[in-house]
Amino acid sequence: MKEVQTLENNIAVLNQTERISGSEAIIKCLLAEGVEILYGYPGGAIMPVYDELYKYQDKIHHVLTRHEQCAAHAAQGYARISGKVGVAIATSGPGATNLITGIADAQIDSTPLVCITGQVGSHLLGSDAFQETDIVGISTPVTKWNHQITKASEIPEVLAKAFYIAKSGRPGPVLIDITKDAQFEQFDFQYKKCTSVRSYKPVPDTDEKTINAAADLINNAKKPFIIWGQGIILGQAENILKSVIEKTGIPAAWTILGASAIPTSHPLNVGMVGMHGNYAPNVLTNECDVLIAIGMRFDDRVTGNLQTYAKQAKIIHFEIDPAEVDKNVKTDVAVLGDAKQSLTKLLPLLFNNSHPEWVQKFKDLYKIEYEEVIKNDLHPTKEGLTMGEVLKEINQQTKGNAAIVSDVGQHQMIACRYANFNITKSNITSGGLGTMGFALPAAIGAKMAAPERDVIAIIGDGGYQMTIQELGTIFQQRVPVKIVVLNNEFLGMVRQWQQLFFERRYASTEMVNPDFVAIAKGYQIEAQKVTKREDLATAVKEMMQCDGPYFLEVLVEKEDNVFPMIPTGASVSDIRLG
Amino acid sequence: MNEQKLYTVTIYSENNIGLLNRISAIFQRRHINVESINISTSEIENVSKWTIMVWLTEERMKKIIGQIDKQVEVIKAFYHPEDETIYQESCLFKIKSDLLFEERQIQNIIKESSARIVTVNRDFFVIEKSGRKDEIDLLHRELSVFGVMQFTRSGRIAVTKDEMKISTMLKALQH
Repeated sequence: MKEVQTLENNIAVLNQTERISGSEAIIKCLLAEGVEILYGYPGGAIMPVYDELYKYQDKIHHVLTRHEQCAAHAAQGYARISGKVGVAIATSGPGATNLITGIADAQIDSTPLVCITGQVGSHLLGSDAFQETDIVGISTPVTKWNHQITKASEIPEVLAKAFYIAKSGRPGPVLIDITKDAQFEQFDFQYKKCTSVRSYKPVPDTDEKTINAAADLINNAKKPFIIWGQGIILGQAENILKSVIEKTGIPAAWTILGASAIPTSHPLNVGMVGMHGNYAPNVLTNECDVLIAIGMRFDDRVTGNLQTYAKQAKIIHFEIDPAEVDKNVKTDVAVLGDAKQSLTKLLPLLFNNSHPEWVQKFKDLYKIEYEEVIKNDLHPTKEGLTMGEVLKEINQQTKGNAAIVSDVGQHQMIACRYANFNITKSNITSGGLGTMGFALPAAIGAKMAAPERDVIAIIGDGGYQMTIQELGTIFQQRVPVKIVVLNNEFLGMVRQWQQLFFERRYASTEMVNPDFVAIAKGYQIEAQKVTKREDLATAVKEMMQCDGPYFLEVLVEKEDNVFPMIPTGASVSDIRLG
Repeated sequence: MNEQKLYTVTIYSENNIGLLNRISAIFQRRHINVESINISTSEIENVSKWTIMVWLTEERMKKIIGQIDKQVEVIKAFYHPEDETIYQESCLFKIKSDLLFEERQIQNIIKESSARIVTVNRDFFVIEKSGRKDEIDLLHRELSVFGVMQFTRSGRIAVTKDEMKISTMLKALQH
C-alpha cells in the first residue's frame, strides 16, 4: 500500500540536516511541498534525478508521458482540478523546449506549475554541448519566474521559492533549470518552506475606500451586471461570490475560465461572455449601468471591439494583478486584492436587492438564442449528429457532476456553452493560449488528481491527433479517463472562419482520419464509434459505466458552425446568431 | 495623453542573472525600441538601479510599468517625464592629435563646452564631456566638422526630484 504523505510528516522528516546529493535533495524538496505525482520524461541531463525517483518510487509517483509537452499539460490538468501546484520534469535541450507550449499555456491561464529541467554540466554552459539549450532564456517570457541552479546548495532554497511563487498571488509557471553537476554534488541538506520573497508582493493591499466606492455604485445601480473569471476559482471565492449575487440579485456571467465556479443551474447564472458566449450577457454588456468584473482580465475574446465595449457603464474591477487594471478596459473603481477577501468585505455593505425587470431581459434574450441556436444544437431535426446533443447526453448521464476537459476549437466552445457544472474547478480548458492537443494530457492529470471524479475529455479530431500518443500513458498508468472525440473530419473552427470570412476556401482544414477506434484498441482501451443518433445514449452510458479508460468517437455533422459569434473587431452587442 | 514623450523608467531590482532578459523582453514583445539603458548599483546595498529611456505615450508607459513592476525580482518601477529628473549623459571623442594644433578652433570648442581632455598622445587625443543630451549633441556637431575618429555616448543616468521610498518598501516587504 502506498504510504500516506502529509506535509507535516514530510517536513518533520526533513527537519534535520543530512549530507545527500543534489538530485536526492530535489526529491526531498518535492516531498516537503506535498508533491505526490509528477509528470515527465527522462534523458541524459536529468538522469541523476530519475535515479532518485527510482529509489523513492514508494513515496512519489512519476508518470511517464509520451512527450514532454504532455507532461506540462498533465501537470496543468492536475493543478486546475486540485488547486495544487502541478510538477513537470524533463531533460535538457529538446526535453526542455518541448515543455514550452505547456508553460506558455500555464502562464496565460495563471496555472501554478513547477517545471524542473536538467541542464548540461556547468563547465559546459555556453559551449553548444550535446542537448544544451538556453532554456532559462527561452522560457523567460512565458514564466512567472525562472532560475538556473549550478550548485547543489542552492536547491532547497530555490525550489522552496519556486513553489511559493508558482502558487501565491496570481499563480503561474516557474521553471528551474539544474545543471547535471549540481544534481550529483553532495551537500548538507536542510529544507525550509518559503513564505516571502522581498521583491515580490503576491497580493496587493486593498484600499477600503475602493470597496466603499464599489458598494456605492452597486447599491445605486439599476442594471448591474457581474462578469467573473478564473480569479474566483483560484481565489476560492465561489461561495462568497454566490452570496454577493444572491444578496444583490445581480445577473452574473462568466468567462471561459470562470466556468463552473457557480453552478450552471443557478437562476442568476446567465451564461458565458465572449466570442462564442451566450447572447444575453454579450448584448447586455452594452446595456448595463454598472459592470462588475471580478478576477478576469478583459481578454479580446471577451470584449470584442474595445471602442464600443460597455461604454455606457461604470466599470468596477476586482483584480489581484495591478498590471491588469486599465490594461484593456478603463475602470471607474479598481479594487485591488484577493477576490475572496475583497468580496467578503464588500458583502455587508451591499443592500438586499433584486432586479426583476433587468433579469427578465436576460431571459428574453435567452429565448431568442434558444430558438435561433440552442434548439438546433441540442434537439436537431436534421440527420447528422451535432456536437451539442453529445454534450446534452453527457449532461443527462453525469447529472452535471463530471469534470469536462476540452481541447481547442468548435467542440471546446460547444462544451463550454452546453456542459452543466455543479462543482467548481470542473471546466479545464486551454483558454488564453488556445493550445490544440491540451485536453488528452490535461485529462490524465485531472483524473489522477481527482480519481473519485468522472473526468471526460471532449476533443476534436484535429487536436486529438496532436497528442494522441498519450493513449500510451493512459494505457500504461491505467488512467480511467473518458475520451470523447467529436469528429467532423475538419479543423472545424478554422473551417468555420474560412466559410465566413474567406469565401469557403477550405485551405488545409479537411482531415482524412485514421480508424480511431482501432488505434484506441491497440492500446487496449475500450472504444466505440457512433454515427447514428439512436446509438448515442447507449454509447455514452457504456462509456460512463466502464471502469477503465474509454474512447468514444462520435461522427458529427461536417460543416456545422458555432453560434452565437462575435466576429473579430465587432462589438459584443453585434453578436451574430447565425 | 496620446502624445509620445521621452520617459525615464527607473527600476529598483534584485541583482540577479536573467532579469535583464526579462525586462528587455517586455519592450521587445511590444515592438518598443529603448533609447538607452543603464544598470548600476543603487543607494541600497545589493539593490540594482536601472535607468531606461524610452519614447512612449503616457498610457502605454503606465501599462509597461505595470508589466515591469509585476516581475518577481523587481522591487519597484517608476516612470518620470524629463522635467522631473536630474540627469546626465557622458561621451567620448577620439580625434587626431594633429588637429589639436592645426585647428585652433578645437581648443576653443573644448573650453566653451567644459569638456575635458582625458589623454593626449602623438596620434590622437580623447575628449570627455558629461552633460545634457543637447550639450553633447552640440559638441558632436561642432567636432564632426574636423573629423572624429571615434565617438561614443553613454546611456542616461538620472535621479528623480521626488523621494524614492525604496528602503521603507523593502522593510515592509520583508514581513
